[in-house]
Amino acid sequence: MIVDVARQITAEKIIPQRAELDEKEEFPTEILRDIAKADLFGLYIPEEYGGFGGGSFEMVLALEEFSKGCVGIATSFAASALGAYPILVSGSDEMKDKYMPEIASGAKLAAFGLTEANAGSDASGIQTTAVLDGEEWVINGTKQWITNAGDAKIYSIIAITDRDKGPRGASMFVIEDGDPGFSYGVKEKKLGIRASSTRELIFKDCRIPKDRLIGRRGTGFFTVMKTLDLSRPGIASLGVGLGQAALDEAVLYAKQRVQFGKPVISFQAVQHILADMAIQVEAARALVYGTARHIDSGAKEISKESSMCKVMATDMAMKVTTDSVQVLAGHGYMREYPVEKMMRDAKILQIYEGTNQIQRNVIGQALNKEYSRSK
Amino acid sequence: MLKIDVEACIGCGLCEDTCTFGAIKVEDSVAVVGETCTLCGSCVDVCEVGALSIDTVEKNVPDELKDWAGVWIYAEYRDARIAPVAFELLGAGRKLADQLGVPLSAVLLGSALGESAEALIAHGADQVYRVDDPALANFTDDAYANVFEDLIREHQPEIVLAGATAIGRSFIPRLATMLATGLTADCTDLAIRAEDGALLQTRPAFGGNIMATIECPTTRPQMATVRPLVMKPNSHDGSRQGEIIDFTPDPARLQSRVRVLRSVREESDEVNINEADVLVAGGRGLESEKGFEMVRELAGLLGGATAASRAAVDSGWIPYPHQVGQTGKTVCPKVYFACGISGAVQHMVGMQSSDTIIAINRDENAPIFQVATYGMVGDLFEILPKLIERIRESRTGEAGNR
Amino acid sequence: MKIIVCVKQVPDAKDVRLDPKTNTLSREGVESIMNPFDRHALEAAVVLKEQYCGTVTAITMGPPQAEETLRDAVACGADHGVLVSDRAFAGADTWATSYTLAKAIEKLGEFDLIICGKQAIDGDTAQVGPGLAQRLDIPYVAYARKITECVDGTIRLERLMDDGYDEIEMEMPALMTVVKEINEPRVPSLKGKMKAKKMQATVLSAADIGAAPELLGLQGSNTQVVKVFSPHFSADKCMLAGTTDEMVDQLLAKLDKLL
Repeated sequence: MIVDVARQITAEKIIPQRAELDEKEEFPTEILRDIAKADLFGLYIPEEYGGFGGGSFEMVLALEEFSKGCVGIATSFAASALGAYPILVSGSDEMKDKYMPEIASGAKLAAFGLTEANAGSDASGIQTTAVLDGEEWVINGTKQWITNAGDAKIYSIIAITDRDKGPRGASMFVIEDGDPGFSYGVKEKKLGIRASSTRELIFKDCRIPKDRLIGRRGTGFFTVMKTLDLSRPGIASLGVGLGQAALDEAVLYAKQRVQFGKPVISFQAVQHILADMAIQVEAARALVYGTARHIDSGAKEISKESSMCKVMATDMAMKVTTDSVQVLAGHGYMREYPVEKMMRDAKILQIYEGTNQIQRNVIGQALNKEYSRSK
Repeated sequence: MLKIDVEACIGCGLCEDTCTFGAIKVEDSVAVVGETCTLCGSCVDVCEVGALSIDTVEKNVPDELKDWAGVWIYAEYRDARIAPVAFELLGAGRKLADQLGVPLSAVLLGSALGESAEALIAHGADQVYRVDDPALANFTDDAYANVFEDLIREHQPEIVLAGATAIGRSFIPRLATMLATGLTADCTDLAIRAEDGALLQTRPAFGGNIMATIECPTTRPQMATVRPLVMKPNSHDGSRQGEIIDFTPDPARLQSRVRVLRSVREESDEVNINEADVLVAGGRGLESEKGFEMVRELAGLLGGATAASRAAVDSGWIPYPHQVGQTGKTVCPKVYFACGISGAVQHMVGMQSSDTIIAINRDENAPIFQVATYGMVGDLFEILPKLIERIRESRTGEAGNR
Repeated sequence: MKIIVCVKQVPDAKDVRLDPKTNTLSREGVESIMNPFDRHALEAAVVLKEQYCGTVTAITMGPPQAEETLRDAVACGADHGVLVSDRAFAGADTWATSYTLAKAIEKLGEFDLIICGKQAIDGDTAQVGPGLAQRLDIPYVAYARKITECVDGTIRLERLMDDGYDEIEMEMPALMTVVKEINEPRVPSLKGKMKAKKMQATVLSAADIGAAPELLGLQGSNTQVVKVFSPHFSADKCMLAGTTDEMVDQLLAKLDKLL
């Protein structure tokens, strides 16, 4: 059912517009509204907050469908979930009551603010600070490359509250569009996912009420890690959908393109490329689905699995989209066909929500921990 | 319902192939009819062994049908002019009336009608029923249908034709329901059956994939709306004589529960594609907006208009008013160029009655070639520039010779 | 506000292909869908419901499997579905169809507005809407392209004409048919789909609606199909051959004669 709804949106709303939105670097406001009308923004949000009460698996299914159409639009959708997860993971009931229904209905888009100029994969480099002044927090600093920034209304951001406490010195806060001292940088120009918007979040003595603190003071890093554990299978599923779409385009083209009097799919050289693409897409899908089910089963330790599927599926997407361009050859390189966009869109998947190198670190550390324990 | 003679049926499957609604299937070598059967009768016609029949209740043809005589057409009048389709209807109606040996009359409804009645006579009408009343200045379904009903009940014509325009398609069905008679929409052909003088009305059905001939055996008048641009008008003959009959309707019948507050004309800066003699249409095969430019250029050179398939419109290369096909417009220009249009059924419905169709497509199996008068298999991006160049050369050549 | 939307299940024209050999329709894999124009009618009704409160009932006449279309309607925002179904309805022309629907709608009770698509893509007749209005004796406007407002028992709308549009005011209860410019139909929502799954359509037979048997189906139809045939296409088909230059030469020669 989720797949049907998401597929129809992809076919009727996303695919007809994706090339234009990409070309004009235009934010997909209308399409996100369609997604909201179909109740999909509430997919992962519990029913008591107006959501559908689904888990990771439901989210993965929807994202896979959207990304078959456009990873940029799918990213805008996924980034709202990324902004909502910290509140769901660590926020108080009052906070959930306040924000979740608006996010679930799609009335307000959310975003997540972690990355800074000197802090990306190295979260300890965070410079943004939050100081308690009476009943208000005063926030200063700048967040960089924030997806949905400027278009979202609700932001979950991390800031240092007690620098000397190290990993326990950071906390997360909810920032609302229009808070005093909060502004946006200019829209970034990107290689791919150009329908999504990326800007800086700028805090200059930004004052917010005390109760905007998500969870307890000092739990910021914990919340971020939990959030990313939950969101990475989503990014992985973007890779699966994108890979599938690139494979579909390649096969259809190969069946139709005639060279030396035959459709090019009849040449083994082409068949083997397509076969390898199909194998990789299916393998990645199996791993992503497996991970999502593992998460939904209530497993505690999910960092390793979550990182593994993110690496596998996004590396696959890069490879498969590149191969798809190769199969379409000259046509593939031209903007008239969708595969060059797919190849441009694929690259970000290996970078955002933790580069694939960092994911391998996570996996490595988890392995180390696991094997020390079992000895 | 559809009856199948299981003894006679040989399970050949012709009926299954013919059924547009997928209602008939051959199972265990015998045809079986399903729920979706609409009793259209196409299977009965194709069955070679006569195994299929439709139970028709023999309806009595009332005697009083004989009292209905004459062919009427509705002369649509809007914006101080007679719609062109009215003259086309007079052309078609003239032939029917002559064959039946009855007069041809036009019904003219509106306000400040000027010399319009005379124009209708010059184009073939023997009589014009004219209702000139301010209450009819704006088209409303209620008032137009009421007045028309009164005229029909009084004079009892056997045939009433109207154009399948926005107005015709809006109130004629209501009128037919008032008169409790049948109506066939969107006819492309009309004929009189010699034996009994019945009107045979042929129209495309199912998006033009099948043609159906329909009659209205037991009620009068026999009513049809006719597609614009299909019938040929007679030329203007100022010497023709005819009678103009003014009719004053009962004021109560002019009351409408619908009020027209304002009537807005939307000027389009381009030629209406319905009216162009040459249409150059482009489809998905042009690949991009840039590709589509070639279509515009060719149309410009030939003094024609630009049209498009749905794929081109959906891609945003050209706005919707240019779309030809089932969800767009139906056209029949003298020459129709289909460039990079594969020929989806929905498109062909809108253009297949063009006088000459020239199709250019790289896929030799494209369905468009089935309707094309001239087909060219090849690369649009070679053929179109060459064609444009050659036409341009010949033009400058002519200019030089002058 | 009580709104009734008339919907029809039709074969998906986009799957219908002309078989080049036999020149007949190939229906392989043709799915049944809600008539595309009816999706716009439904969306218009759902938007009105969201604006002014009320209920939306989708009604269809057809075989039992037409219930699927009612489910689609509920998934896209209708509250309830009514299936008017009986073997006696088979073969109905537009006259008999509008009679049947009118009887069924009378059976359902009071309403404020009936919305229909401008025509169905299988028949293209555009007659059931106006016929229905006449039988129910309510005002009617065809080709609505915009609903401006709906207050105090009147509805204001814009009617698309061949050369522009008219601004119209009409008393309710009333009937209108809509064109596709009126809106962009939504895709079904998750909650709608769940509701649709559980929906129990009201099923009305010929007896339930108290219809006169002689006015139903084939028997009640004033028009009768004499014959059905495939359209014949242009007889003098000619494929031009040769190099691009040669083909263009031939074409120009032909064009010279035509223009």
